[in-house]
Amino acid sequence: MVDRAPRLAVWKFASCDGCQLTFLDCEDELLSVAARVEIAYFLEASSAPGPGPYDLSLVEGSITTPEDLERIRHVRRVSKRLVTIGACATAGGIQALRDFADVKEFAAVVYARPDYIATLDRSTPVAAHVPVDFELRGCPPDRHQLLEVISAFLAGRRPVVPAHSVCVECKARGNACVMVAHGTPCLGPVTQAGCGALCPTFNRGCYGCFGPMESPNHASLNHWMRGLGMSTPELVRIYRTYHATTEPFRRAAEEAQESGEEE
Amino acid sequence: MDAVVIDSLEPLVDELRSRGYAVVGPVVRERVIRFEEIASADRLARGWTDVQEPGRYRLAEGAGEMVFSFAASPDSAKSYTQPPRQTLFRMRGEQIEEAEEDAPRVALLGVRACDLAAIAVQDRVFLGGRHPDPAYLRRRRALLLVAVNCAVPGGTCFCVSMHTGPRATTGFDLALTELAAPHRFVVETGSERGEQIVAALPRRPASAEDLAASAEVSRDAAEHMGRHVETEGIQERLSAHDSPRWTQVGARCLTCTNCTMVCPTCFCTTVEDATSFTDGTAERIERWDSCFTLDFSEVNGTPVRGSNAGRYRQWLTHKFSTWIDQFGMSGCVGCGRCITWCPVGIDVTEELANLP
Repeated sequence: MVDRAPRLAVWKFASCDGCQLTFLDCEDELLSVAARVEIAYFLEASSAPGPGPYDLSLVEGSITTPEDLERIRHVRRVSKRLVTIGACATAGGIQALRDFADVKEFAAVVYARPDYIATLDRSTPVAAHVPVDFELRGCPPDRHQLLEVISAFLAGRRPVVPAHSVCVECKARGNACVMVAHGTPCLGPVTQAGCGALCPTFNRGCYGCFGPMESPNHASLNHWMRGLGMSTPELVRIYRTYHATTEPFRRAAEEAQESGEEE
Repeated sequence: MDAVVIDSLEPLVDELRSRGYAVVGPVVRERVIRFEEIASADRLARGWTDVQEPGRYRLAEGAGEMVFSFAASPDSAKSYTQPPRQTLFRMRGEQIEEAEEDAPRVALLGVRACDLAAIAVQDRVFLGGRHPDPAYLRRRRALLLVAVNCAVPGGTCFCVSMHTGPRATTGFDLALTELAAPHRFVVETGSERGEQIVAALPRRPASAEDLAASAEVSRDAAEHMGRHVETEGIQERLSAHDSPRWTQVGARCLTCTNCTMVCPTCFCTTVEDATSFTDGTAERIERWDSCFTLDFSEVNGTPVRGSNAGRYRQWLTHKFSTWIDQFGMSGCVGCGRCITWCPVGIDVTEELANLP
């Protein structure tokens, strides 16, 4: 144990700030967190940055520019523990859809002077560039899981963040399966838990914000969802969202496309 | 006490509530029969029936004045006997406080014979060994069971194969059989508590015709099972560990855990420790787990059952075979929930039939 309060930093890369807002949204617990740690660097909350090194860095956002590549190495150097939070930082995020297209063409369409835009061809997770101590999934992460991770790192224990499906939480919450009862396509069986089965609780299918669960069987699920009336483009689209390039989901979309072409 | 006939459920609901029970019965919520607390019998799912098949559940109208014309709901008694999540103890520094969670008085109205059999299985698991679970016992004692004899089995039901139904014969406080033309309920009592409740209701003795009609409901239900399991030699058949059938079902299985979550006898749990920011306490929490998760069989950082086929085989083999070695009874009560609520419609009866 250190005598001084552990120093916490929160960093932003290519992202919407939603994960940082999740942290700020921990209203009931935020003051207790602030009492236990020194929030030394958190531009979303305070414009007074404290100098490093930091005991724990939370990193939001994906790596999309040459400048990001430099800065993430700096963050790693000044951080004892580095935890990535959210789909962008852990999987490249929704902006990883650029991986399936030509970024230069996008830039030419959107910007008057595309030559001013310095961007990488792909949007990649932080762990593709520097060692990461823990990856917390979600778009955005669940605030209870975020507090659990901070709490676990302060206590020096392994965070309780199970890798099983959303269905475990869905049933524990007392929901009836929306796919069975209503025929609503749902990614819950192939998606990692953490959100508390938020969407199925409100009669929507799971959108897969937390990425692939520990042993996803997308082939079987896709076969069943076709039976519920989903077309090939629809199947491809549901996997190409927050975790489009995370391996099992990338394959799920590709295989849906291939089996659609065979038909 | 001899069987009686009541014309309405309202006095029964009132009587149970006046005795301090929260009455929990089948209602329609979001197009599914769910068990939730009711203040009046008017709330019950009168007129509804269900259509159940592998991976599919739909409600349909057309049961007229009948209140219980459907089969098993996704809700069994399990969440009342074994809640999905409970705190075991709290620590403040060196001090340990045992968490004695409430055991509210609940009257479950409309449990079926298969549900009663499932409770008997859980009683054996939680109370039958050398270390009875005191929290389970508290909840169990606070539970009053008003069974309903099934009239309309579902497409995935096979209680007859498992010798658990369709008629409730034991384990209830009260058992109702709903009869039509005229609409009425035959009430049998199974406990002293049940007798006291019936004694407070407007009632008349059941006639020979009432009793014959009640028996006919169960005879007819027994002939309309949606599924069948051959239990003769089932342990030998499940010893076929190398059957290619496991790989085939493993390719379909999502390892999502839905079957184990809706199963009324699956009792496995894990514990999680939590530390609090706000009050400096730590808690140990027990929550439902499943043999379909990788953590469940993790030893030294590696799951013992890594493949889908291995996990499915473990579940089916335990439920229908090694459960018998362990507890002297089958772990399956034939309610069919695992078939209906499997998101991809895997059918245990089909898997069992296809073993060598």
